[in-house]
Amino acid sequence: MFRRSGPTDCTILWEGRALPARAGEPLAAALLAAGVVAFRETPVSGAPRGPFCLMGACFDCLVEVEGVPNRQACLVPVTPGMRAGPQRGARGAP
Amino acid sequence: MREVALLILGAGPAGLAAAIEARARGLEVLLLDENHGPGGQVHRAVGGSYTPARGSPGADQAREGLRLIEAFRACGAEARFGASLWAVEEDRSVIWSEGGVARRARAGVLLLCPGAIERPLPIPGWTLPGVMGVGAAQTLLKSAGLLPEGRAWLAGQGPLLWLYAAQVLARGGRIAGILDLSPPGGWRRAARHLPAALTAPGYLLRGLGWMARLRRAGVPVIRARALAAEGGERLTHIVFDGRREAADLLLLHDGVAPNTQITRAIQGCAHVWDEAQASLRPVLDPWGRTSRPGILVAGDGAGIGGARAAALSGRIAALEAARQLGALTEEQRDALAGPLLLRRAAELAPRPFLDALFPPLPAARIPDGTILCRCEEVTAGRVRAATALGAQGPNQLKAYLRAGMGPCQGRVCGPAVQAVMAAARGVPPGALEGLRTRFPTRPVTVGELASLA
Ligand SMILES: Cc1cc2nc3c(=O)[nH]c(=O)nc-3n(C[C@H](O)[C@H](O)[C@H](O)COP(=O)(O)OP(=O)(O)OC[C@H]3O[C@@H](n4cnc5c(N)ncnc54)[C@H](O)[C@@H]3O)c2cc1C
Ligand code: FES
Repeated sequence: MFRRSGPTDCTILWEGRALPARAGEPLAAALLAAGVVAFRETPVSGAPRGPFCLMGACFDCLVEVEGVPNRQACLVPVTPGMRAGPQRGARGAP
Repeated sequence: MREVALLILGAGPAGLAAAIEARARGLEVLLLDENHGPGGQVHRAVGGSYTPARGSPGADQAREGLRLIEAFRACGAEARFGASLWAVEEDRSVIWSEGGVARRARAGVLLLCPGAIERPLPIPGWTLPGVMGVGAAQTLLKSAGLLPEGRAWLAGQGPLLWLYAAQVLARGGRIAGILDLSPPGGWRRAARHLPAALTAPGYLLRGLGWMARLRRAGVPVIRARALAAEGGERLTHIVFDGRREAADLLLLHDGVAPNTQITRAIQGCAHVWDEAQASLRPVLDPWGRTSRPGILVAGDGAGIGGARAAALSGRIAALEAARQLGALTEEQRDALAGPLLLRRAAELAPRPFLDALFPPLPAARIPDGTILCRCEEVTAGRVRAATALGAQGPNQLKAYLRAGMGPCQGRVCGPAVQAVMAAARGVPPGALEGLRTRFPTRPVTVGELASLA
């Protein structure tokens, strides 16, 4: 879907798998550049979803970051070693 | 509780220019933005990961953005980034979340500069991973240097689509094709607005330049009427006017519309349906005053005018805030604002031309099986069925369907739902009451709430 035009400088862990990333970039960008397209499943039909707006409006990019669910991957900046995983099923206030 | 003279939401051109102007009038300023740096949508990551080469598409604008951001950094306003505002209370206290903690401050004057969001372009299959907004892809380009890979298609209409395509080519990226969905007869419709638009020819010339760049690169531009995305776990194909093509990425665009998520949730803050922009906007006077005392709106959140007009309206609203807070007399405000009002009118001159060239795509043509509300997966057909059963508008629809009740609270689908219902009832969208939003305008955790106490 997307490729990088610049270098990476750290790694993050997606479901335990190490992916290259750049500190400070949106987590959603790091995942997309690494070929992750589905970030979550919808609570209604279980359909896969990925980021749509990249600006905090659509909530389609919800993931778990450091064990905290319902984080918008487009608004979370990457920090080296950050651990994240897909959001499954219910969302809303944990 | 913390008190602050002027609280500004949004660090795009409107909010940044407002903060600089307010500081020049001696006001104390606190500015909040959920992004992690200044610039808003247009100047996102300028000077950082987004530094276009001289002469490349968007480079002039980036230079303007850099100047604005530098002036802002020097102006003495307090800026809090990663700060997402989700409530405005009766006494103009606002509540925001920042690093997992909720904070509150009371504003003497509250100036909201929340900008625009991409107007959704609902087509069959648009919820598949691999389909996103053109503006979203541009955000990836600015904030992380990402370029499309594989067979990337752009579809829809509007200046941002052409700008993004030109930016991709300038960086060595590839585009499989552009599907131009703009309603036929655009130039004919827009012709009568051309003289006004030519008073600020920069806009038109830049747009024609982007289109020429694409032609030179041999990117196919195909006129199409109907479009669908197909795939199982992700996008694999697009289908348009009976043709089927492999696709790895589909970027949709139908212009941008005011982001009214916060303003609509404020009790007593009146909004109207804007026919040209097919969306709601707050009712404002030339200073940006809403129908609620002490609450002002500036920038694209007030109605789409572009980056320069946004900065000017930010400054104009800041002068009015200074008057309300006693830092300027009415005469002083008027003297300072006069030239700005004239410049803003000049910047807005090309807008009727652009609006006529790219009128939002008609909601009546959205097929029944297409999802409108992405959060709750509600299709256009079900919205039409509920309308036939008597749902009068988007707010009544909630009694029938969960459309607009997911975490985005109708931010994305609201205008489309309103337009589809109006078309089904055979009335103009403005005849329906727009979807009301509620605070908190985003999901808030128990921990965040607890931290407020
Ligand atoms: C995705 C996208 C890309 C665009 N790209 C371009 C471009 O390249 N060139 C161009 O000329 N125009 C572009 N535009 C049009 C753009 O609307 C204007 O040019 C300009 O950015 C408007 O300035 P503004 O200050 O009104 O709002 P914006 O620049 O949109 O700034 C609004 C700010 O408010 C913040 N905000 C909103 N709500 C909240 C909240 N609840 N809590 C905290 N912060 C909040 C946002 O994070 C944002 O930073 C784009 C629009 C979009 C939607
Ligand atoms: S992609 Fe829309 S909220 Fe993150």
